[in-house]
Amino acid sequence: MVPWFYLAGKMVIGSSKKVVADQIEEVRRICALVVDDDPLVRRIHGMLLARYGLETEAAENGKEAVDLFLSGKTFDLVLMDMEMPVMDGLQATQRLRGMGVSSMIVGVTARGLEAEKEAFMATGLDACWVKPLNAEAIISVLDELAKKLL
Amino acid sequence: MLGLSVDRLRADMNRLLALLFHQGVLDEQFLQLQQLQDESSPNFVSEVVNIYFHESEKLLRNLRALLVDKEFSDYKKMGVHLNQFMGSSSSIGAKRVRNVCVAFRAASDQNNRAGCLRALELLEYEYCYLKNKLHELFQIEQQRILAAAVRYPVQQHHHQQPNNP
Repeated sequence: MVPWFYLAGKMVIGSSKKVVADQIEEVRRICALVVDDDPLVRRIHGMLLARYGLETEAAENGKEAVDLFLSGKTFDLVLMDMEMPVMDGLQATQRLRGMGVSSMIVGVTARGLEAEKEAFMATGLDACWVKPLNAEAIISVLDELAKKLL
Repeated sequence: MLGLSVDRLRADMNRLLALLFHQGVLDEQFLQLQQLQDESSPNFVSEVVNIYFHESEKLLRNLRALLVDKEFSDYKKMGVHLNQFMGSSSSIGAKRVRNVCVAFRAASDQNNRAGCLRALELLEYEYCYLKNKLHELFQIEQQRILAAAVRYPVQQHHHQQPNNP
């Protein structure tokens, strides 16, 4: 497990506390985008991520998420709901990967049907989880994110 | 006396929560929400639950509107509503409501209108029970907070008495 920890309330990546302290000028904040048409899920997932020190933004559907990236914003982590109006998670993930977005994209789905998860993964996800995400799931996602960023 | 009130109210809350867990109305996801509540977000659980109530009632109205239409055939749309209901119910730990949504979704996948109608009635019942119990829980919590706030000035006055000439 790659260690990750907080620095002044914000998540930072580092292989040791000393390395983090020495490189404090280069430390940057880890940013996440929560994409879900359900305001309840946006609130809970946003709070979960914020609790681990991430800065979070939210989008109500896949199109809003794509538009955020097109506007020049970058995110280290995207939590992407599968079923959404306007543009669903599968289309949005395909579109983002087509644009060259290399952020970690984690799909979240209300149903755990294997066929659906496989179809979603095939669009370019790094992982796919069944809702709800809990603390254990978030820690697992952040561990993978840390490996990706280091 | 007020101290006993606070303790009694806390015990009432714990008893009600234990009952809801025992009945399968709530699951451990609700505890996860409670753990996210702290001084920086002191009303997080009630805020999230109120969002759930608002969204759920919209979904229930949409589901009923679809099913009362005798010409109804848009099971795909019904599936979308049910997916959202399942997701949000799971997110707050509303286990029984979620389980009814799963059965409802199965009936919808089979284009079984009669089965969907039965599932909708059960869903409305389970949702109503959950809402009433959560309201009861929050009312007890509010009373506990008020009782704890009233107790403090009494203790302060009691400490000051020996210093009065």
